[in-house]
Amino acid sequence: MGRLTLIFRLAVRDIRHRPAETALALLAICAATAVLTLGLILHGVTANPYQATKAATKGPDLVAQGPDASQVAGVTKLAGVTASSGPFPGTAASLGTSGYTGIAMVQGRTETANAAVDQPYVTAGTWVRPGGVVLERAFATSLGVGVGDKITLNYKHFTVAGLAVSAAWAPYPELCQTGCMIGGPNDPAANAPDLNGRPGVIWATESDVRSISSYFGLNYVVNVMLKNPAEAAAIANGGRSFQANLTSWQALSTADALLVTDEQTVLQVGTFMIVLLALASVALLAGGRMIEQTRRVGLLKAAGGTPDLVAGVLLAEHLAIALVAAGAGLLIGWLTAPVLSSPGAGLIGTPNAPSLTPGVAGLVLAVALGVALLATLVPAIRAARTSTVSALATASFGGARRPRRHKRLIALSTRLPVPLLVGLRLAARRPRRSLLTMASAALTTTMAVAVLAFHSTAAQSYISQQGIANPIVQRDSEALFTGTVVLILLAVVNAVFTGWVTAVDARHSSALTQALGATPRQLLEAQAAAQGMAALPGVIAGVPLGIALFAAASHAHHIDLPSAGLLVLAALGILAAVAALAVVPARAVARGSISGVLQSETA
Amino acid sequence: MSERSELPRRLPSLRGGDSRRGPKPAERSEALARRDNSEALARRDNSEALARRDNSEALARRDNSAVLRARGLRKEFGRGDVLVRAVDEVDLEVAPAETVAIMGPSGCGKSTLLHLLGGLERPTGGELLLAGSRLDKLGERGLARLRRTAVGFVFQAFHLIDELTARENVELPALLAGRSPRDARRRALELLERVGLADRATFLPAALSGGQRQRVAVARALSNDPLLVLADEPTGNLDSAATLDVLRLFDSLRIAGQTLVIVTHDSRIAATADRLISMRDGAFIDETRLTGGTRGNSGTHGDLGALAGLEG
Repeated sequence: MGRLTLIFRLAVRDIRHRPAETALALLAICAATAVLTLGLILHGVTANPYQATKAATKGPDLVAQGPDASQVAGVTKLAGVTASSGPFPGTAASLGTSGYTGIAMVQGRTETANAAVDQPYVTAGTWVRPGGVVLERAFATSLGVGVGDKITLNYKHFTVAGLAVSAAWAPYPELCQTGCMIGGPNDPAANAPDLNGRPGVIWATESDVRSISSYFGLNYVVNVMLKNPAEAAAIANGGRSFQANLTSWQALSTADALLVTDEQTVLQVGTFMIVLLALASVALLAGGRMIEQTRRVGLLKAAGGTPDLVAGVLLAEHLAIALVAAGAGLLIGWLTAPVLSSPGAGLIGTPNAPSLTPGVAGLVLAVALGVALLATLVPAIRAARTSTVSALATASFGGARRPRRHKRLIALSTRLPVPLLVGLRLAARRPRRSLLTMASAALTTTMAVAVLAFHSTAAQSYISQQGIANPIVQRDSEALFTGTVVLILLAVVNAVFTGWVTAVDARHSSALTQALGATPRQLLEAQAAAQGMAALPGVIAGVPLGIALFAAASHAHHIDLPSAGLLVLAALGILAAVAALAVVPARAVARGSISGVLQSETA
Repeated sequence: MSERSELPRRLPSLRGGDSRRGPKPAERSEALARRDNSEALARRDNSEALARRDNSEALARRDNSAVLRARGLRKEFGRGDVLVRAVDEVDLEVAPAETVAIMGPSGCGKSTLLHLLGGLERPTGGELLLAGSRLDKLGERGLARLRRTAVGFVFQAFHLIDELTARENVELPALLAGRSPRDARRRALELLERVGLADRATFLPAALSGGQRQRVAVARALSNDPLLVLADEPTGNLDSAATLDVLRLFDSLRIAGQTLVIVTHDSRIAATADRLISMRDGAFIDETRLTGGTRGNSGTHGDLGALAGLEG
């Protein structure tokens, strides 16, 4: 018990003496756990809103669509059908608003809003009337259209009477995920409007629908309720012989969830990368602390501390930091989740309160502790193994752990200007640290390029949809933005940590190089060069990796790559940032006098 | 032991004469002034040493015969109640080709003074001239340039870079000074040969003995033909045999005309100097002129020559 108290007291004292490093470690683990929490609790957030919408609109369990009204109506004769509505006539239409053109599935309805199944819930304005149409809310939101606005359907003018939601159709832009019956024109010779982009649903009176159906003909929809709704999916899947397309409520619910499915993928991929970066951050921090504290390790051992005690103190410090960071990350993730888990305009109701279950909390905690443990284990074991005499003899860990020698790089460096000469040698003397820098740069570049590819592809998609905003793209963009901000934050923390550790580790050789005639500026440039050179392979690898990541995560058939100029600019920007960030801690470490360093450290 | 027996073979070019017969500094300066021509140079075995001496000479003429001059040099650390005056109003002149030893108890400010003289520390007050430049007025770049071209350091702890071989350590100052890799390498090998370590050029410092490391450090200090070599306790970390190696090396440097300022606890190395200064509490308290560093005078350290053990 006394031993645990001692470890605790030593760990707490060390944490209190190093507030900046502790804060950065907290930030790294907290960011990773917050994003992980977000990704985990976004599971199933649309389930509740879909059920709420289904209840409010008397949503169908099964929807049948087809060109023949009588065949579509056959669905009402299926066993277990308890209620039905339709057949409702529908047609495809070219939609024109002020400044935009789009495509719509227009469904005919009676003016009285009393359908037994699928009566869309009006969220603004009124129900359909002659000349007055109702737009599906997510579609209207993307178009920027509101009640009272004028639109055209197949060249005919209408007024927007209202906005509504329905559980019988997947909201814009995923309408066709469940069958949208958009075909070619009846008469190819006719002057039919082009139908480009993703359709949304518009309700109009039956007579209005018939008045605009001359180009694309009519389709019919019948909605039914089942005694056992759970059978809907099986009926829909087994209905191949049936002369209509059948869509189950389960398929509709899944299509509704598409809004957050991609978002979730983005967050999961982002989380993975962020956890890796956090791991690198904490590893650098732990390694850096060991460099600074070798003498302390020696003192602990000289005062009777065992290797276990030394390793225990270091582990206790980082596990304590990880625990606090995981708590903060869980809280931040839980509070932020509602922002990202909004069901969108296509559904009504609020999502399930973000479910911070014991499972989620346990997983997040385990990841945080795992990161701390993995990152601290090697330095802790090394500290435990450090000889007491060698630790006491040198304040620099460099004295205990000899730098690596790379003969070829040293020979190559002689041909370079002084900053690159010193920088290359700095990078070469600690290859594992250089690998961490490279990995960090690779992750950051990968994410940055994936974001650029996403925006480039989304921009092309936006153009192809005549400028209509895509809510999924917007949501993915928000999630990507969140992930990227956190990733950049961690990359900055990493770059600062690496610069600091390198500067502390190279304090002796830097002071010596200065004594031999290098200027302080040349040494700062060398630090920047060392980080830049270590990051360069990572940045180069990050470009194709980013494109591959986007292709894999988005399942896109076609990727619109960002321009080569933009990719080069991004890569150079990351490289410059890594180099510049290394200078900040190096400048702080270099503040001590040369003679002070040379007198305090032995070779 | 083996190193000791091999040493005479290793230092042929630097062991230019009998150290007991070395002239006094003023006499040597005069002699050098007279020999300011190629004819005189041709008579010398070691042309580089003479070239350095020639430089020192030119500098001395320009600056009243002093390579280094300090006036009222002061260095303070801390402030208020915890103010420590590590160097207190020190006046010092070092003539070309002169060897000055500074002795004193631990903490008396010797090393701080040496670091001030070499531009590693900035003085709190006073004037300091090296190679005609006011060190106390120079910016960081100017100080760095001076350290690169005019000063060579030898430290007690050797301060060799662990991952570099002996040759790479020695060539580093030349590379920092902008010399071509080939020139730097050639110069490093030449210097290593001169200090008797040609066969250890590819060895890492960890594979060298303490004495060998210090000889590498001396070679490194000479890499850019400095006007002044500053040595801080060069034998402080060495055993007796290695100390003798380094003593002989410094004696050879002195004979070759290298201007030296050596801070030491070791009376044997002090005995090789032309002038011995005693320091206490940051100030000079005594100054003794020695004759060529191996013959005692009537001063406090009159028997240092015997202590040096160079006779044996």
